[in-house]
Amino acid sequence: MIRLEKRPQPSKIWTVMTPVLAVFLTMIIGGVMFAILGKPPLEAIRTIFWDPLFNAQFASYTRPQLLVKAGPLILIAIGLSIGFRAGIWNIGAEGQYIMGAIFGAAAGLAFYPSDSFLIFPLMIMAGAFGGFVWAMIPAILRTAFRTNEILVSLMLVYVAEAVLASVSQNLLRNPEGMGFPGSRNLSQWDASANREIIANSGMHWGVLTAFVAVIFAYVLMTRHIQGFNIRLTGEAPRAARFAGVMPARIVIFCLGLSGMLAGMAGLFEVAGPAGQISIDFNSGYGFTAIIVAFLGRLHPVGILLAGLLMALTYIGGELAQLMLGVPGASIQLFQGMLLFFLLATDVFINFRLRIGQAEAA
Amino acid sequence: MDDILLGLIGLTKAYPGVVANDDVSFDIKRGEVHALLGENGAGKSTLVKMIYGLVKPDSGAMTLNGATYTPTEPRAARASGVAMVFQHFSLFDALTVAENIALGMETPPKPRDLAQQIRNVSENYGLPLDPDRVVGTLSAGERQRVEIIRCLLQNPQLLIMDEPTSVLTPQEVSILFQTLRQLSAEGTAILYISHKLEEIRKLCDNATILRLGKKVATCIPRETTAREMAEMMVGSSFSAPSARARDLGEVALEVKGLSLPAPGAFGTPLRDISFTVRQGEVLGLGGVAGNGQDELLSALSGEQRSPAAMIRMHDVDIGALGPTARRDKGLLTGPEERLGHAAAPDMSLTENAVLTAARRENLLSRGFVNWGRAQSFAEKVIQTFDVRTPGAGTAARALSGGNLQKYVIGREILQQPNVLVVNQPTWGVDAAAAAAIRQALLDLAAQGAAIVVISQDLDELIEISDRFGALNEGRLSAIKPVQGLSIDEIGLMMGGAHDMEVAHA
Repeated sequence: MIRLEKRPQPSKIWTVMTPVLAVFLTMIIGGVMFAILGKPPLEAIRTIFWDPLFNAQFASYTRPQLLVKAGPLILIAIGLSIGFRAGIWNIGAEGQYIMGAIFGAAAGLAFYPSDSFLIFPLMIMAGAFGGFVWAMIPAILRTAFRTNEILVSLMLVYVAEAVLASVSQNLLRNPEGMGFPGSRNLSQWDASANREIIANSGMHWGVLTAFVAVIFAYVLMTRHIQGFNIRLTGEAPRAARFAGVMPARIVIFCLGLSGMLAGMAGLFEVAGPAGQISIDFNSGYGFTAIIVAFLGRLHPVGILLAGLLMALTYIGGELAQLMLGVPGASIQLFQGMLLFFLLATDVFINFRLRIGQAEAA
Repeated sequence: MDDILLGLIGLTKAYPGVVANDDVSFDIKRGEVHALLGENGAGKSTLVKMIYGLVKPDSGAMTLNGATYTPTEPRAARASGVAMVFQHFSLFDALTVAENIALGMETPPKPRDLAQQIRNVSENYGLPLDPDRVVGTLSAGERQRVEIIRCLLQNPQLLIMDEPTSVLTPQEVSILFQTLRQLSAEGTAILYISHKLEEIRKLCDNATILRLGKKVATCIPRETTAREMAEMMVGSSFSAPSARARDLGEVALEVKGLSLPAPGAFGTPLRDISFTVRQGEVLGLGGVAGNGQDELLSALSGEQRSPAAMIRMHDVDIGALGPTARRDKGLLTGPEERLGHAAAPDMSLTENAVLTAARRENLLSRGFVNWGRAQSFAEKVIQTFDVRTPGAGTAARALSGGNLQKYVIGREILQQPNVLVVNQPTWGVDAAAAAAIRQALLDLAAQGAAIVVISQDLDELIEISDRFGALNEGRLSAIKPVQGLSIDEIGLMMGGAHDMEVAHA
């Protein structure tokens, strides 16, 4: 008979161990899945997790891609994790990411073809503002009318996608683009380009911002009273009110901050790797960042590692599609499994497994 | 002897790190009221859980009516004629009395038959209860009747009652006792768990006393003084709080016509509450649970704001201030619910120190928490109030109820409040720790703080308060000096007269 026994205190070892265990379980079940698909399982796993970093043939291209993909994931996940610690579930980072890209791109394009060095900083601020505004909608609706921020923020993703389609065909369409939808290419315009700081490393300004955000979040959550209040609100809302924390302020702060970071991630993407506002600009970073946040235990350093791992599955997945012809959906399945196994193994943080004689009832 | 109903022989149960019951043996006779006495953590709960089939003993045996009795689950225990009324009720607020009772039955009869059965039992045993009432509208005493009637419908041979009087007014207690005596006269044995010694002396035929999991003594309560029983429980003599300070200063806290709507569907509105507390004075506010205690505490702590002039401290209106601003002015509070309200369960004691002491103990600099200072404050609380824990890094939920209570009360007292309001400061705390907490409150008053103690423990209030008032349905009775107050007067102040004349008329 197997049963679970509640631990007196959450286990520190398991808090660290469950993500590792989840990765291993994903590899095993993923291997089984590839075997059923008729692909060699070990080779598939190696192509996804090993080749992007160490294969002599691809690594020079795929290694910089790791930072390019991890940057936005980490930046968004850091913002989300702060809200999640307070029990504020911003599921709509994808929408804030899109709006950040639109606001930032629009702010830059308004000055085209100036070559002032102020344009890029202005775009960053505009991007942050765009994400902030989009996140304020669920925040204000929740504080004023007690609506559910999960639903509102999620539905606003679809609104943002509609806005994106509209502006790429009308407002922000490249006047010299021969009628094709999509804006001017920001990465080819000196004043607005989000360049690599170190050539061929993938390290652009957005990645740097993500690293700064990791440090900022770490200091906020462990040293500052605001971080303490956020954690308190998540763990014991009644105790937080007793301590004098205003719940509405925490909601505004957490949604606002995560919206700003997602908006900045969108701007860095549109001004760099993506280059332009187009109908299919967004690629699901805002949703994948939710997995990153949980996989990283909502801890800044964990999110840094989880973001890199998740970027690896993106790149490795593409590589596996190319080399082995595995279906594109299997990568999403992989990422989904990762979250699934993480949540499943999380039970060991608060419970221990006992095998043996059962208690009565 | 064939009048033995339930025999316990050498029952032992160990949990990781603690032996909850060690070789406990005693007998319960048919039709007797048997008291089980002990401090918190003495092993009373584990013992009755074994009898009720919730926990399986590691070793030892039980007999029921001379036959071996090994219940594997509560259903088996009920089938053998053992029923239990828990300290915390398991009732659904939104359902009626009859629906709640039907939910607990294996094969509930038709609703109309069940309602009739409920009426019969409630008349036979003097427990007035309408089967069609919605449970959310019942008082704590009436809810307990629901649980008792639920048990009685099974015609039990043994009825286990876990601290049944902690939520009752004196009048409700006397109704309960008459019911229990009637049951006992009809041959039902009752295992009565309590640490209210006077009650046990009035009601019980025999008592078994547990300490640290072992049976340490038996006695006949009618022939033993409460003090002797208490000393058997604690294992040493403990001191009653010393005499209280008598020189009162100026009015520190004034509540004037405080009225607030109910916070939720099952909350209690506060209606026109007025009182004053002077420096050095302890004001005791009694009342049965659910009559506005939580709401009053929230209104005083600042969690619930009120019009500014309804609450005044030293002639300054503070009703509109939040908890932080009130703490800055020296008004500190200790809510009833330790885990989740006074303390965050998964946070360490150090982090829980920051929860209320951040500003008064100067634990912040420019918004950054000084964790070193927070830890030394937490350690000071642990040391001063004898909190038994491995250290300040322990999560609050890992502490036993009594230890955590000492910690959260100590945390407020060490911040040197001008006014301290506490709700149920010794609820679920063992006798020695309760005495220590009461003494600390009295010491604080002697230093010139004004103290409001909200409690359901009348003995406690009479022991430490200078003046006494009672909450009933969100109203506060007139406040009277404790000296010269009789228990009947207190009962009337608590509004206990309501609904009583029907019973045992």
